[in-house]
Amino acid sequence: MPLRIGVLALQGDFQEHRAVFESLGAAVTEVRLPHQLEGLDGLVIPGGESTVIVKLAHRYDFPDALRRFTDEGGAVWGTCAGMIVMARELLEPEPEPFSLMDITVSRNWFGRQVDSFETDIPVKGVPGGPVHAVFIRAPSVREQGDGVECIAKLEDGTPVAVRSGKLMATAFHPELTPDTRIHELFLRMSAGDISSV
Amino acid sequence: MATSPTTTDTSTNGTATSYIDRVREPRWLNSAEAEVGSYAVKAGLAQMLKGGVIMDVVDDTQAKIAEDAGAVAVMALERVPADIRQDGGVARMSDPNMIEAILKAVTIPVMAKSRIGHFVEAQVLQALGVDFCDESEVLTPADHEFHSNKWAFKMPFVCGCTNLGEALRRIGEGASMIRTKGEAGTGDVVEAVTHARAVLGEIRRLQQLPEMELMTAAKNMGAPYDLVLEVARTGKLPVVNFAAGGIATPADAALMMQIGVDGVFVGSGIFKSDNPAQRADAIVQATTHYDNPDIIANVSRDLGEAMVGISSSELSESERLAKRGW
Repeated sequence: MPLRIGVLALQGDFQEHRAVFESLGAAVTEVRLPHQLEGLDGLVIPGGESTVIVKLAHRYDFPDALRRFTDEGGAVWGTCAGMIVMARELLEPEPEPFSLMDITVSRNWFGRQVDSFETDIPVKGVPGGPVHAVFIRAPSVREQGDGVECIAKLEDGTPVAVRSGKLMATAFHPELTPDTRIHELFLRMSAGDISSV
Repeated sequence: MATSPTTTDTSTNGTATSYIDRVREPRWLNSAEAEVGSYAVKAGLAQMLKGGVIMDVVDDTQAKIAEDAGAVAVMALERVPADIRQDGGVARMSDPNMIEAILKAVTIPVMAKSRIGHFVEAQVLQALGVDFCDESEVLTPADHEFHSNKWAFKMPFVCGCTNLGEALRRIGEGASMIRTKGEAGTGDVVEAVTHARAVLGEIRRLQQLPEMELMTAAKNMGAPYDLVLEVARTGKLPVVNFAAGGIATPADAALMMQIGVDGVFVGSGIFKSDNPAQRADAIVQATTHYDNPDIIANVSRDLGEAMVGISSSELSESERLAKRGW
């Protein structure tokens, strides 16, 4: 049976994630209401506007449902806005993150859109050379708790991807490039492979 | 990617504007091969807006209301299209002070409008740190023949279209996002529906054509041949496509989403209505849950009066904004 992957479809580039996972053979569901989390092996919180995703999620009691989902062994991966949504704490007053992962995150760390950039970075656990990473008004991890491993940094040491068990957060957007290796990594995590990288 | 020196230097060289004072030292500079303002990050920002609602605001108070209601971005402009219609005269880029106040008030992306072909207004917007430029027919065109060269900017552009040829010409000029023109400031959704159906219908038609007919199709619609080939192959525009013009209710927004656009602009429809915060929130929810009539019904209750509106069929040819653009 194929892995069942949900993409949180409240707002953002969830169709881009959907297309990649489908090309890798996963069964993909668009999740707009909490009951649609049932039976999923993994959930992606896509890029988008974190304020919008958080607001719409609160409207239908997603935060509790998501914490239950991870408690029961579901894998979660947040890209960009998704990283913000998963954080324990933000350096900014808004929005209120869901505390799925023990990380402190700062929004728009690199500046406004005119400062957005793309670059190549190595990612631990991803064989075959550096990943082409697209950063769009991207956040950065400022602090991480015990058990959270930094798996990618920029050349200046800024942490931009983290993993902890079946949880992963990336400040960049693998769904915007043709390289599927990080999606494959998440499928392995969703299947229960959480071996240290 | 093609970025001209004159326009890339203006926004990150640290010249003192209140925006620059606020921005941290760009940290990508330490990363040797980082490429800033590439087409991928410009088109990528539009992808991050998908499934969202972009709202017209005229000051920082409205911008904050829009952000709190779930706007995915705000469009900063001095007068909403309904007032531009009423006031007449030449409509231009907004006052930089007003745009900066909005940049400071919200954390979501801020868009602002330049006149068609007025690339200096666009340079000013980029220097202010505006996240997205709308080269807009709602303002009075500055050039009757040419649109701005959008490749020369690291700020992304959105442009209006009424058909596929127009959309592909704008993309050829470097637009990172397309919207239908609708008939702004009327509260009448019919033109947005017409233009969205025109674009999507022409895409479906291209997919049916044998390859030997595609060059003539490109000639007939006045579109770049390579983009025509790409659309015929993929069945979609190469960039994000929003609906705009005349959207005034949650059901209007959901209608456009079901027709097949990626998100919606709401201009005069929110702050010209009785209860802007509640209407904005309702339109945001209807855009996400566009295929869930129960939720659309719930959010549509007790919203008060929508904007009064003008039937677009009552407009004379000279009053039609959608005619602007070439």
